[in-house]
Amino acid sequence: MSNYVGTSARRIEDPRFLQGQGRYVANVHLPGMAYVAILRSPYAHAKINSINIDKAAALEGVVAVFTGQDLVDGGLNPLISGWNNPDQKNPPYYQLALDTVRYVGDGVAAVVADTAYIADDALQLIEVDYEVLPVVVNARAAVEDGALQIHEDTPNNISFHWPLGDQEAMEKAFAEADHVIELELVNQRLIPNAIEPRAAVAQWNAMNEEMTLWTTSQHVHITRVVMSAFTIGIPEHKLRLLAPDVGGGFGSKLCHYAEEDIVAWIARELNQPIKWVATRSESFVTDRQGRDHITEARLALMSDGTITGIHIKTWANMGAYVALVGALIPTALYLTSISGMYKMPGVFGEVWGVFTNTAPTSAYRGAGRPESQYVVERLVDLAARQLDMDPIELRRKNFIPADEFPYQTPVAIAYDSGDYDKVFDKLVELSNYDKMRQDQQAARDEGRLVGVGVSGCLELCGLSPSALTGSLGFAVGQWEFADVRVHPTGKVTLHTGVQPQGQGHETTFAQVVADEFGVNLTDIDVVYGDTATVNQGNGTYGSRSAAVGMPAIVMAAEKIRAKAKKLAAHLLEASEEDMVFDQDEGKIYVKGSPDQSLGFGEVSFAAYAAHNLPEGMEPGLEAHAYYDPANFTYPFAAHIAQIEVDRDTGEVTLQRYIGVDDCGVIINPMIVEGQVMGGVVQSIGQVLLEQAVYDENGQLLTGSMMDYALPRADDVPNLELGFTETPSPVNPLGVKGIGEMGTIVALPTIANAVMDALAPLGIKHLDTPLTSEKVWQAIQSSENGG
Amino acid sequence: MQWPISITVNGVGQTHEVEPRLMLVDYLRDVLELTGTNIGCDTSQCGACTVLMDGQAVKSCTVLAVQADGSSITTIEGLAKNGKMHPLQEAFWEKHGLQCGFCTPGMILAAEDLLSNNPNPSEAEVRHGLEGNLCRCTGYQNIVAAVLAAAESR
Repeated sequence: MSNYVGTSARRIEDPRFLQGQGRYVANVHLPGMAYVAILRSPYAHAKINSINIDKAAALEGVVAVFTGQDLVDGGLNPLISGWNNPDQKNPPYYQLALDTVRYVGDGVAAVVADTAYIADDALQLIEVDYEVLPVVVNARAAVEDGALQIHEDTPNNISFHWPLGDQEAMEKAFAEADHVIELELVNQRLIPNAIEPRAAVAQWNAMNEEMTLWTTSQHVHITRVVMSAFTIGIPEHKLRLLAPDVGGGFGSKLCHYAEEDIVAWIARELNQPIKWVATRSESFVTDRQGRDHITEARLALMSDGTITGIHIKTWANMGAYVALVGALIPTALYLTSISGMYKMPGVFGEVWGVFTNTAPTSAYRGAGRPESQYVVERLVDLAARQLDMDPIELRRKNFIPADEFPYQTPVAIAYDSGDYDKVFDKLVELSNYDKMRQDQQAARDEGRLVGVGVSGCLELCGLSPSALTGSLGFAVGQWEFADVRVHPTGKVTLHTGVQPQGQGHETTFAQVVADEFGVNLTDIDVVYGDTATVNQGNGTYGSRSAAVGMPAIVMAAEKIRAKAKKLAAHLLEASEEDMVFDQDEGKIYVKGSPDQSLGFGEVSFAAYAAHNLPEGMEPGLEAHAYYDPANFTYPFAAHIAQIEVDRDTGEVTLQRYIGVDDCGVIINPMIVEGQVMGGVVQSIGQVLLEQAVYDENGQLLTGSMMDYALPRADDVPNLELGFTETPSPVNPLGVKGIGEMGTIVALPTIANAVMDALAPLGIKHLDTPLTSEKVWQAIQSSENGG
Repeated sequence: MQWPISITVNGVGQTHEVEPRLMLVDYLRDVLELTGTNIGCDTSQCGACTVLMDGQAVKSCTVLAVQADGSSITTIEGLAKNGKMHPLQEAFWEKHGLQCGFCTPGMILAAEDLLSNNPNPSEAEVRHGLEGNLCRCTGYQNIVAAVLAAAESR
């Protein structure tokens, strides 16, 4: 009957999406609803001398106009940082600016009108007297002495300085190294661009003083805590948040946003349902952006290829304010894994979180790990070139051996399980690596610029042990919650605290539940994204849903099976110890007498009928559980790309892309493969196409989909993907995260391939995106190019 | 000022008075309450709002409702017939051609236009034919596979 785990079950949620019945926030329509539009600063840094709302307020159809001062006077407190490094500075981040705007897109005023069209008309009628101030957009420039200060009391615009590792061990490694590989690189700023723009709808019930807020959020429970305890102050039990279907997140819907407060505050102020939906132009300037690291890195290397140390200095651009989890990304999610898959004694890094006049940065798919793995994998590739070694051979020489897991790294964390040779073995086989190299040589002999690039990567994921992340800076716990309710007829509703934005939880989580009880997939409903029906949770980010959310299901199911066995024993007049719960068949039988059995549905019904319960047993069959893992999980991967650079145009063509991923036990191969495909293509965007460009005035030059080049169907090839399964010892299912690995590993893989193609020209490194123009310029100025 | 329009949407005749500046997508979503057509960029770059106008794929965020006067519109809600999903819908389901689902209605209608003009496209032709529709989740591979499978099954 069961055994769904490991099968490519078709997605349960798909029919509604396929037929136009997605439950996106923008589809929520309430009677009497008014629409909000927000006036955004056109300047990256300016003093607001005055705001005149009179003409806007007088426009027919306008209900009200509010400024930042109105919100403050109405009791709204500024946004907070939920991750706080030691001595971190968090200047106030008002939902609408009070007297100074600090990035293009900073909110200035909010118009409420009968229709979205009228609200937009009214925006044009608001008169703001700005006094334009100097601007700094680059993190290295912002920390220079004498640079303008964006906030008071933040010397050199530094929010935090975060060192990690053993500086002495690192220095010793470099002092004794035969070679030192040095690299300066920029991991460029990216704009997530979920295709669904952010949206929020609020409804205030004045009788009960209850607020309902529909929002495009990846974590409704965390946002509720933030809003209750810090910003709007509506008590938690009177504040319901819903995120029914979310149209892509990738980290950009992870933070709590100003608009969630603004919409809720206005709905309460006016006692009227209020709706706000971002335009794409707004998304470009107000969604949390990703990456934006400037890094100086070096690797200590012995002549035999042994890596002995790594040293990193990174200036992480936080934007104008610290976003909710903005300070987590370049610290605990970055420096902790800078030694990658490699065993080395001397690991030390430090990061400066820096304010600039740009949109705040935060999580974007991979969040800190694409940054760390890119640095180490570029260095390792340059090391191989320095020693004229095959890049796979040099990697293999330095891998943490499979028999040394769990492996305590020199910095803070311990990798749970890994077998890095295994994924590379499979990659070499799938790609026919030796043949690729031969073909490359033949192409080079013809004068063509063909490159083959490899990368291994690992990912710290599955946030996480609450005590550890709490000690590092997280304000909330990182456990996960499952509430499994068996109905009298044996059907099951799972309430989970994680929530998908396209990952297919309704299917994969149902697969796990089905196997716990031996019931049909169609007998299970998965509920998420609603604080009223799901008691608690921490949402979906950092590839945590499977690794943290699913084990909670197993824990709750164990409680239910135990009760079901006790009840069945009573009904069958057998000893509880002799009862066997057959998870394949969905029945409970007496050991040695399989015909003495009750179906799961029969036991469920008996539990609710309560006509004949064992003494002291309460009616009902349901249980909830909180799972707080002992460790993160560490999926890993080995990918290879073959590219060709057009010598005349600089255009990079991705000819083949092969990847092998290991995310532990696979629940649904189709969905796992889909996650890798999507992740790799987002990363192809970073390597070849995408970049958020701010000019010296802080204007976002790439503020539309015409200027910011997202990968389109004809930009990418078919990927050839394979998998191995090395179970995680951390959780009972053996699962690890998979949502971000493709994004992490494809960046160094393809960058290494392009640098490999350009190696004959003496080009050592180019920063991504590797656009035709950039590559062409490099060829022109190279020693053997032109 | 209001302007009278008559449009057939998914086979049903509709007559309304609308503002001349009302976009077709807002007419479909707000007036007819057909919210299956999503808005991704309001500037005709992402294709999420693609519908068929007299059989041709158009981006309904850049068509005025008054321009659609007299036309026949097919939205994602109009594809399934008698409770049975359209072959493209089935193929997207079978091939895991969607994740968050937000681009899916537009993607399917763009694919329908593509297949009506080219019933047996190559992989490259499918990729080229869908380059006006952005998907941030799938990496396109399974969308392409779904369109090829639907072409096969027609």
